[in-house]
Amino acid sequence: MATIPANAAAVPPGKSQSNTRARAASILQRQGVLIALVLLVLFGSIRYENFLSVYNISSVLRFNSMIALIALGMTFVIMTGGIDLSVGSVAALASVVAAQVSPNGLLPAVAAALLVGIFIGFLNGFIIAKLHILPFITTLAMLLAARGMALILANNTSVSASYETDFTKLGQGDLFGIDFLPIPAVIMVAAFLVGIIVINYTGFGRHVLAVGGNEEATRLMGLPVDRIKIAVYTINGALAALAGIILASQFGAGQPLEGNGWELSAIASVVVGGTLLTGGMGSVGSSLIGALLLGLIFNILNFENGRGFISLSAYWQSVIRGFFLLVVVLLQNRLARRNKT
Amino acid sequence: MSELKSVENTLASPTGKAPTGPARGNGLKREGLGNFLRSYGALLALLLLVIYNIIFTRNFLTTQTLNVNLTQVATIVIVATGMTLVIATGGIDLSVGSLMAISGALAPLIFLSKQGPFSDPVLGVVAAFIIPVLVAGAFGLFNGSLVTHFKIQPIIATLVLFIAGRGIAQVVTNGNLQTFRNPSFQYIGLGRPFDIPFQVILMLVIVALTAWVMRVTIFGRYVLAVGGNEAAARLSGVPVNRVKLAVYVISGILSGIAGLIVIAINSSSDANLVGQNMELDAIAAVAVGGTPLTGGRVTIFGTLIGALIIQLIRYTLLANRVPDAAALVVKAAIILVAVYIQRPRQS
Repeated sequence: MATIPANAAAVPPGKSQSNTRARAASILQRQGVLIALVLLVLFGSIRYENFLSVYNISSVLRFNSMIALIALGMTFVIMTGGIDLSVGSVAALASVVAAQVSPNGLLPAVAAALLVGIFIGFLNGFIIAKLHILPFITTLAMLLAARGMALILANNTSVSASYETDFTKLGQGDLFGIDFLPIPAVIMVAAFLVGIIVINYTGFGRHVLAVGGNEEATRLMGLPVDRIKIAVYTINGALAALAGIILASQFGAGQPLEGNGWELSAIASVVVGGTLLTGGMGSVGSSLIGALLLGLIFNILNFENGRGFISLSAYWQSVIRGFFLLVVVLLQNRLARRNKT
Repeated sequence: MSELKSVENTLASPTGKAPTGPARGNGLKREGLGNFLRSYGALLALLLLVIYNIIFTRNFLTTQTLNVNLTQVATIVIVATGMTLVIATGGIDLSVGSLMAISGALAPLIFLSKQGPFSDPVLGVVAAFIIPVLVAGAFGLFNGSLVTHFKIQPIIATLVLFIAGRGIAQVVTNGNLQTFRNPSFQYIGLGRPFDIPFQVILMLVIVALTAWVMRVTIFGRYVLAVGGNEAAARLSGVPVNRVKLAVYVISGILSGIAGLIVIAINSSSDANLVGQNMELDAIAAVAVGGTPLTGGRVTIFGTLIGALIIQLIRYTLLANRVPDAAALVVKAAIILVAVYIQRPRQS
C-alpha cells in the first residue's frame, strides 16, 4: 500500500537531512520547466511564421508582465509558507488610483498607486504575523475589501487615464523607442533580477526561506519572523500595485473590475515553476518561466486559429491551461517521489 | 435550543486533539467571556444583526424579507456545507464555482434537446436534474483522487478545475447564453410548496442531513479524525483516502445542485457567470461560522449561521442605501473580526 508518507514531496519530515535531495529535485524541476518553455517556443517557431517576430515576442511579454510581476511577489510569500489571494484586487485598486492621479504626471501616479499597494500589503502582513489569522483568510478578506475600495473610488466604472502626461507610455511605450524593449517587459525583467539576487545572495532571502522551512526554529534562532512575514506581504502588495499601474497605463484606464482570478494565475505560475506551496524552498526565476509558459499557451492558440485548419474558441484557453497545470503538477510529484526513494 | 446543543456537540473533536482545540476547563472563569464568544460569537452576531434590522430597517419583519434573504443565501449555504466537510478534513475546494457552471451549462442542453432520448419532456427534466449533478460529483471524484492518490495539495488539485472547469462549461455551450422556460425544471429554483421557496427547503434538508451525518455516523467521526491528525487516523484504521474522496465528491454534488438552482432562478444559464466567486463566499461562510481552516473541528450549523451573517450584512447595507461596493469592505472586516474572535486559544 502507500508506504510513502502523505505528501512525501511536499512535507519533508526532516528538513535538514532531505535538503540536498530536495535541492536536487528542485533543480530537476527547474530545468523541466525551462525545457518545456524551450520546446513550446521551438514548436511555435517551426509551425508558425511570425511567431518569433519582434512584434509577437514583445506583445507576449507586454501582456504577461502583469501576472509575472505578481508571480514574483507571490513566490516570496509562498516561500514563507503563506499565500496571498488579494493581489488581483490590489492591482485593480492600484490601477484606479494610478488613473485618477495620472493627470498630475507619471511619477505622482506611480507613487500614489505604489503607496496604496504597500499599505495593503503591510496590513496583510501585520494581521497575519501579529494577530495570527491564517494567510488564506486574511488575504481573502483583503481581496473583498480592496475590490470594494476600487469600486467605491472608481464609482463602479472604469476611470480613464490622462493621455496628456507620460503616464500611458509606461504600459504602451518602448524603452529608448527600441521596439524589442517594451517598458513593461523591461520592468518585469529588472524586478526578477532583483528578486533573484535578493533570494540567493542576501540575508533577507535566506531568512525568507528559513521562515517557510521551519518557523519555530527560525524564531528560536532569534530571527525577526514577524518582520520577515510583514516584509514579504508588503513586497507582494507593492508588486501587485505595479501590475495595476501597468494595467491602467496599457489600457489607458483604471479598471476596478479587472484582476479577477489573477491571484490564482500567479499561484499557478509559481507552482508550474516548481516552488512548493509548503514553503521553505523554491526558485524565483522559475516563476517567471512558469508565467511565460502559461501565457504562451494563449499565444499559440491564437496562431493555431490563424492557420485556419481548426478553430478553437478562446474558451479552450482555460481548459488547456488547467490541463497543463495538472500535467506539470503530476510530473513534479512523480519526480519528487522518485527523488525521495 | 436543540441547534445550540448540536453546535456544541459538533465542536468537540473525537480525536481530542488538544493543541488546536480550545483548552476547556482551564481558567474557565477568567476566560469565560472569551470562551463564550468563541463558541457562540457567530450566533450572537447574527442575533445582533437581526435586532438591529428589526429596529432600523423598514419592513424587515415580513415574510417577503425573510424569503428574499433565504432565497439568496440558499446556494451559498448548500455549497458551503460541502466546503465545510472538505475543510474539516484539512482540505479546501476552489473548484465549486466552476462545477456550478458545468452543471448549469449541462442541464439546459439536456432538457432543451430536440432529438434523442431526452427530447421526451418528462425524461428530459429528470435527466436534467440527475446527469449534471452526477457529472459534478464525478469532477469532485477527480479532485479527490488528485488529493488522495497523487498526494497533490488540495489547493493546487482543485485549482486545476477552478481554471479548467469554467472553460469546459464555456466550450460545451460555446460561451452562449442559454435561455429557457421550463416550469417543471425551474421548480428547483422557483417552486413554492407551502409558500416557502423550494431551494430554502432543500437547503435546510441538506444542512440538517449533513449535521446529522457529522454528529451521529462513523463517517462523521472519520472526517474529523482525518482532519485532526491524518497519520494517527491512518494508523487507527480509518480509511483516510476513501473519506477524503467522499468529501470531495459530496462537495462536487452539492455544487452541482447549487448550479441547477441558480440557472432555474435566472431562467437562463451563462457559463461565464454561474457560480463566479462562489468559492470565496463559501469559504468565508465556513470561516465566519467558526470551522477552523486547519481541519479537525466542524460546525455545520455554524456554517449556516456564517452564511446568514454575510447575507444579512449585505441586505442591511443595501436596505440602508449603502452601495454594494462598500458592503464588500464591511464583509471583509466582519470575516476578519469573526475569525479573530473565534480563533483557538494559543497555549
